[in-house]
Amino acid sequence: MIRGKVTIAEEICKGCELCITACPQESLGLSDKINLKGYRYAVLIQDNCTGCINCALVCPDAAITVYRQKKPVKGVGPQVQIAA
Amino acid sequence: MDLPPITNGFELVYQKPQTLTETPMHYCPGCGHGVVHRVLMEVIDEMGLQDRTIGVAPVGCSVFAYEYMNIDVQEAAHGRASAVATGIKRVLPDRVVFSYQGDGDLAAIGTAETIHTVNRGENILMLFINNGVYGMTGGQMAPTTLLGMKTTTSPYGRETSLAGYPLKITELLAQLPGSYYVTRQAAHTAAAVRKLKKAVQLSLQYQLLNKGTCFIEVVSNCPSGWKMTPTESNKWLEANMFPIYPLGDLKTPAQPMN
Amino acid sequence: MTNKVMPTLDKTEVRLMKGNEALAEAALRAGMQAYFGYPITPQSEVIEYLMAEQPKHKNCVVLQAESEVAAINMVFGASGAGARVMISSSGPGISLMQEGISYMASAQLPCLIVNVQRGGPGLGTIQPSQGDYFQATKGGGHGDYRLIVLAPGSVQEMADFVFEGFRLAEKYRTPALILTDGALGQMMEKVSLPPLGSLPYPDTPWATMGKKPGEKRHIITSLFMQPEEMEEVNMTLQKKYRLIEETEVRYEEFGVDDADVLLVAFGLVARICQKAMQQARARGLKVGLLRPITLFPFPEKRIAELSARVASVLTVEMNAGQMLEDVRLAVEGRCPVHFKGRMGGMIPSPDEVLEAIEAIAEKHNVELQR
Repeated sequence: MIRGKVTIAEEICKGCELCITACPQESLGLSDKINLKGYRYAVLIQDNCTGCINCALVCPDAAITVYRQKKPVKGVGPQVQIAA
Repeated sequence: MDLPPITNGFELVYQKPQTLTETPMHYCPGCGHGVVHRVLMEVIDEMGLQDRTIGVAPVGCSVFAYEYMNIDVQEAAHGRASAVATGIKRVLPDRVVFSYQGDGDLAAIGTAETIHTVNRGENILMLFINNGVYGMTGGQMAPTTLLGMKTTTSPYGRETSLAGYPLKITELLAQLPGSYYVTRQAAHTAAAVRKLKKAVQLSLQYQLLNKGTCFIEVVSNCPSGWKMTPTESNKWLEANMFPIYPLGDLKTPAQPMN
Repeated sequence: MTNKVMPTLDKTEVRLMKGNEALAEAALRAGMQAYFGYPITPQSEVIEYLMAEQPKHKNCVVLQAESEVAAINMVFGASGAGARVMISSSGPGISLMQEGISYMASAQLPCLIVNVQRGGPGLGTIQPSQGDYFQATKGGGHGDYRLIVLAPGSVQEMADFVFEGFRLAEKYRTPALILTDGALGQMMEKVSLPPLGSLPYPDTPWATMGKKPGEKRHIITSLFMQPEEMEEVNMTLQKKYRLIEETEVRYEEFGVDDADVLLVAFGLVARICQKAMQQARARGLKVGLLRPITLFPFPEKRIAELSARVASVLTVEMNAGQMLEDVRLAVEGRCPVHFKGRMGGMIPSPDEVLEAIEAIAEKHNVELQR
């Protein structure tokens, strides 16, 4: 399985839950804590994200950044450079 | 924007476009405006158009659209965005110009400007967010409000004898020879967002080729105005809005009069 | 004394033209880059002339809009994009534009608006009038704003004031308005015109022309949601209007030095008053005339000075007494202020004005004998 990660800007998130609905892996849920605006924000609740970006696509507040595990390339060492 | 932290062994596959500003959006939780703003800025970024795009913001919830778009923007009077966009495009024909309006703005008070802008084939992109209510003023009835739909000015549901019918302005505009590409999209699912992005890309490509007016309706939600949770509003959107405002292309270069 | 400060233009061509045509030709020679309009009598010659001449001026957009509402918003867009823009109409159309004009004043966008006045209110008539004085000088639309208002009195000035209107609008980044009337728009006179390129373009670093890399984006807006910010914008505007009042007052005077009766009239009516003044002087009545050229800023200081010297003031207008209010405010009770007006498209004759002068003189003599 391809592994993914998401980071969610918790102070930007308004807890609308659309990302939770959009996630095919049910990886996301709402936090127990609230942010400065008073919203419970989206967090990863399961370590099964595939980096499909669906959550980021439906996020109305552009709060989600998505990463995906790199496919190993023969003869090339670990890459740290990431193109913007 | 600072690049998000690099996670070793992982590569960045999605981040918000550079041309979207860092200002947190004022929209209600779950509102479709944010998605459409982001998609638009994403395409402008990817096509390298930031330095030659001028947007026109409307009156309505997206009156502050310019706070979130790191491009030159003019703020138009209610209903007049397409006239303002006409003025800009006519004196700067080599720039990319778009107008961004809601249903009350574009299809009620601005109907004349909308129809005539398209009829002149102004070489601009008109983005039309249709959620069937006046959001900013508190959820009043719009020309696109569905029959039976309750709003603060149709508290017993929209009724034809008093308020007529939902205005399918996009169908109307597709009939005009000046429109080149007319499509109806949504922004509530990942698949819909991908299609919307394609429509925006096409529209801006057509504009660069001076093809005429491109018109994208985005059938969207208004959780606050509809008094629903965001997720409920998207389900309601599919069940009630899409049958009246079906998604898809209404006019394409391949099928000029679909 | 005359305060008729205008930049000197090198006039190279003399033509016989209608006022509306002279105005349109002047706009092209002033390097106008866009015109948006809508037909309405008695100003339609402006757009007709521009449409016919446009092929010779490829850098100028001339577009017939679907309404005056759309037209003024096209002006907003083009001006915000840094272009030199003009729009023209007559009273009913100018009424429709008030929303856009208020937005432009607030967003600090320059443009030149032309009102070839006709008789009103309502649909009114197509005959000349000065019934839009209030609308032009007191704002017209919503909110606290002013327009720079120029009132031509001849076909020559219909042309000259286009240059001056653009210059002032651009200098102060505010809409300027030429307040003329159907008679001046329709009548033909000799007009001297400067060549193309006589008016240099201003820098417009604020315009929305595409965000330059490394620079901040430009936003043209009249929306300032925080009341503190909105008040700040208002104070900026008021400061600008005070500066305009201090520096841009224009008027013309005839025979005021020994005058007992001072006529105050603008535009076409000032010419009628000149004739009446000649007739009155031939009868031994000492009559002078002050013609405000700028209606905003109004020559109130000069009128105040003169009101301390004359026995009475007679304001003559083609309305029910609109400038009259500004004259009274300037006179501040120093002498009686009388009014002679015709309305609804009627033009006062010199004889009518002379009658009014004689009535004032007679009343004045009676009072002196008491």
